[in-house]
Amino acid sequence: MKAFEYAAPRRESELAGLFSGRPGATAVLAGGTDLVGLMKKMIVAPDRVVNIKEIASLYGISADSAGVTVGAVTRLDEMLDSADLDAFPAVKQAIRGINSMQLQSQGTIGGELCQRPRCWYFRNGCGLPTELGRMVERGDNRYHAIFGNRGPAKYVSASRIAPALVALGASVRIVGPASGEAVEGPPKNGAPVAQDGNALGEAIMPLADFFVTPRAPHQGETVLDPDQIVTHIHIPRDEQIASATYEVRQSEGPEYPLAAAAAALRIEAGVVTEARIVLGQVAPVPWVSEAAAAAIVGQAVTPESARAAGEAAVARATPLSQNRYKVQLARVSVERAILQAAGLETGGF
Amino acid sequence: MSHVQAPEASVRPTKNVHVELTVNGEPREFLCAPRESLLDVLRNRLGLTGAKEGCNNGNCGACAVILNGVPVNSCLVLGVEAAGAEVETVEGLAKGSHLHPLQQCFLEDAALQCGICTPGFLVSAKALLDRNPDPSEEEIRLHLAGNLCRCTGYDKIVRAVQDAAKANT
Repeated sequence: MKAFEYAAPRRESELAGLFSGRPGATAVLAGGTDLVGLMKKMIVAPDRVVNIKEIASLYGISADSAGVTVGAVTRLDEMLDSADLDAFPAVKQAIRGINSMQLQSQGTIGGELCQRPRCWYFRNGCGLPTELGRMVERGDNRYHAIFGNRGPAKYVSASRIAPALVALGASVRIVGPASGEAVEGPPKNGAPVAQDGNALGEAIMPLADFFVTPRAPHQGETVLDPDQIVTHIHIPRDEQIASATYEVRQSEGPEYPLAAAAAALRIEAGVVTEARIVLGQVAPVPWVSEAAAAAIVGQAVTPESARAAGEAAVARATPLSQNRYKVQLARVSVERAILQAAGLETGGF
Repeated sequence: MSHVQAPEASVRPTKNVHVELTVNGEPREFLCAPRESLLDVLRNRLGLTGAKEGCNNGNCGACAVILNGVPVNSCLVLGVEAAGAEVETVEGLAKGSHLHPLQQCFLEDAALQCGICTPGFLVSAKALLDRNPDPSEEEIRLHLAGNLCRCTGYDKIVRAVQDAAKANT
């Protein structure tokens, strides 16, 4: 690991002076389950590491009539234990899928969303993503994308909780320097002000817009600039929405799924009136399937309608040379996430 | 680093950070560079070599310790992060020559072969029993899924944890 400076601010306002706008110069440390491993392999080699876990305002779960807000450094095991999140089974099921007590009790929700791709070319120092595109296309791409893979980025988005959160319509709060160009969205009154007078800007955006597919080497997998961080995730409350996450995993260990899907359904009088279906581990971003949603809306949830939605979800898949098998797994994930959300038997294991 | 301006007091330099913490109930202190992991510090600076370096990447659980009450892979924690923390390692399980029930049951049930994963299993199992004194077999298997053993096939480990839970109640 390269030597680095270390800072552990205690207030959000202290962040303004700690970040450099230079890509890669500063790394944000939360649970460390991804970052520390990347630093050991020198895939990430920052000059400064900023530990945000000691900022009290970024920690904890609060609920009101509008929804539930989870601070970015809240641990995944604390989310599992929270009764406030019982209304969102898709989120808890996704966390339970991370079959390692250590990773659950060390990992944070902000870090889970911002973790880097598991792509083995990237993890072995080949970079991401443009220089990789051709290498992945010709090489071993069995775990790579089957959607959104026509550009240079062919890895899959690593987050296992993002599909559930996107399906539930969650939003993220981001802070960074107020003067920066990158803070999007309307500035809010009461944005925190740094000690040295530099204002911190705040943006709140749908989580669905947070993930992006990079087209060039300097672009990241999210909209975050090098001096911005995620501070909170907000899940809107809607008692009528039933949700579930279904992952296809090779075994019971803590490895990443081969395919996954989250479904959020509004079911009225036995018929789905609104649906949001989001696939995981199949594209460089959590992959929202309008086609699957359209296939299930207006239908009662049955094994047949769920299967039709699964087929609609993968109809336009573009598998690479070695990952055609993932099309079937993605289809089954969608089918079973819908069945599970509706409280029906999913079949399988 | 001159590329960023920051309140000097909050940025620690690249070398020799002084850290105070509690390890197995006793106050300890050490100097370490920010880039040293908690596992490095425990083994190399505090002489506690019970936690093992397996994959060094969070996959195998051989380095598990209990940090502020929850099990973590110490290879993925920076030593400087442990400032003010309470750390429990496998060395803290036995009281003198009196083994912890988990250790006794691991011995009696032959729940180890080469032994390199055993400290991690003991620590993870202790974290489980601290939280849930009477876990089901499925709960034990799920809880220990982040610990890898390439010798025993896990059955004997699960039996030992079940027996230790019985011995505790």
